[in-house]
Amino acid sequence: MLHSDKVTFGYKNFKIIRDISLTIERSKIYAIIGPNGSGKSTLLKNLARILHPQSGVVSLDTIPFNKIPVNEFAKKIAILSQIHNVPEDFTARDLISFGRYPHLGWFGRLAKEDDEIVDWAVHVMRIGYFQHRNITVLSGGERQRVWIAMALAQKTAMLLLDEPTTFLDIAHQFEILELIRKLNKNFNLGIVMVLHDLNQAARYAERIIVIKDGLLYREGTPDEIITEQTLGDVFRMRVRIVRDEMHHCPYFIPMESLD
Amino acid sequence: MNTQYTRRIFILLLLAFLCFGAVVLSISTGASKISVREIISTFFSDGHTLNYQIIRNIRLPRTLVAMLAGLSLAVSGAILQGVMRNPLASPNIIGVSSGAGVMAVFIMIVLPDYFYLITPGAFIGAMLTTILIYFLSWQNGIRPLRMILAGVAVSSFFSAIISGLMIFYPDRVHGVIDFMVGGLAASTWRDVEMIWPYALGCFAVVNLLANKLNIMLLGDETAVSLGLRVEILRMIFIAIAALLAASSVSVVGLLGFVGLIVPHIARIIAGSDYRVLFPASALLGMLLLTLCDTLARVVLSPADLPVGIIMALLGAPFFLYLLRKGLQGHAA
Repeated sequence: MLHSDKVTFGYKNFKIIRDISLTIERSKIYAIIGPNGSGKSTLLKNLARILHPQSGVVSLDTIPFNKIPVNEFAKKIAILSQIHNVPEDFTARDLISFGRYPHLGWFGRLAKEDDEIVDWAVHVMRIGYFQHRNITVLSGGERQRVWIAMALAQKTAMLLLDEPTTFLDIAHQFEILELIRKLNKNFNLGIVMVLHDLNQAARYAERIIVIKDGLLYREGTPDEIITEQTLGDVFRMRVRIVRDEMHHCPYFIPMESLD
Repeated sequence: MNTQYTRRIFILLLLAFLCFGAVVLSISTGASKISVREIISTFFSDGHTLNYQIIRNIRLPRTLVAMLAGLSLAVSGAILQGVMRNPLASPNIIGVSSGAGVMAVFIMIVLPDYFYLITPGAFIGAMLTTILIYFLSWQNGIRPLRMILAGVAVSSFFSAIISGLMIFYPDRVHGVIDFMVGGLAASTWRDVEMIWPYALGCFAVVNLLANKLNIMLLGDETAVSLGLRVEILRMIFIAIAALLAASSVSVVGLLGFVGLIVPHIARIIAGSDYRVLFPASALLGMLLLTLCDTLARVVLSPADLPVGIIMALLGAPFFLYLLRKGLQGHAA
């Protein structure tokens, strides 16, 4: 269980997020949504220990983050950043192997068991046919699968993702989201992801966290969140909500901007 | 996987072999030619022959300084290009050259009687400048780009001081120019003693940390999420790069160019995995500097050119050639 208690983060006098208290269960899919600049990525990075709160505490299973050694933490929570540096000539498999890093000894040699876990990640993310290719020649969707596979190789209980679908075309967006859901259902991997597309959040997340102006606006199920009133309040949009009977989730149709 | 491994071993062995050849060539070449057989017999002689004296007191220290400085500058550049994630990073970026330069020039021009302080003074100047740049660019941690910009600014400032000193004392600039270009002509065993502990010590440590630098290439956030203490590691790497470059530069002068191009050439040949790139850069740095210094001795013999000139004149076109070839290989 991931828990944030009155987390505030910002620079000097400017607070990006304020007093956010949340409890995130380990085995569900959470989506964080909010307008541009609302602080949703900042919240995710505080939950992933990439940023450290100015005030407030984030804890994992009631142990505050700063009591968990960095290396131990990397075995419990993995985060997929939005922007990666791509080294020139590493293969997909090289990158995925880096996911084993927190589990390795001082000399950093992969044992047989590590190789098997990398094999497993390659298999789950369906990377087999291009695992020995250079990362720079892969398409955006293939690359994203490699990064997720790297996080999988960390063998954590939770995976946090910062806009995992943003730079992808629509088919690859759904491919990634389907894979993420599969990871959650098959391996009980807890998911927290920042998503831009509200309909994707409604369909793939079990819980949605709404951030507005750095504050927690609301947290709830897609049916509780994807409403005319919430979307009007938070995104300044007049919308119509219909029901996607096939996937049993709400679906919104944008009508006009309220500004 | 296995073919890649074999390939890497092969490349390193080949470089080591070439390096050995360059060392033999360097010892045998000079005002008096000494054949390989004579070199070998000299090592088993009692030490009273002329060849023994030449090799022992002149050629060997000079060759060793070339090797150690080549290793240090190349590995320093390789570290910085990784830590800064910037292909233009070199020991100049962290102020090593300008810091060493300003101290060395000051001693040469203003305190010429204290010439024996040039090497320790340049070393201290280089380290202090790196520390200055590090703190100037600190703001909730180090951002590589900010450090590069701070480095450029501080270096320009020190360059202005060097130029100013040279203009006010035009009669004393002779030795200064040698230092600025970088040369090995007067290398002694004391120079070897100055460089080798830093060169070999830092090289050993850096090889242990190679895989961490690989991960840092993925970006700070990814490195943190894989359990690396990025800020501390970055400081360690910068400190090692500074020690390597400062110890060399204080002895051989401002040969920063070696640190810029050698890692790139090594990357084209051996790939960007630092577990191979470090030894490859080290061997290539030794090879190139030893070869260039040998050339510097014979091109206009008996004149002894500063190796920095040869290094830049040959190194730059060779580097451009490799870059074009490497890029074509990449696109194919």
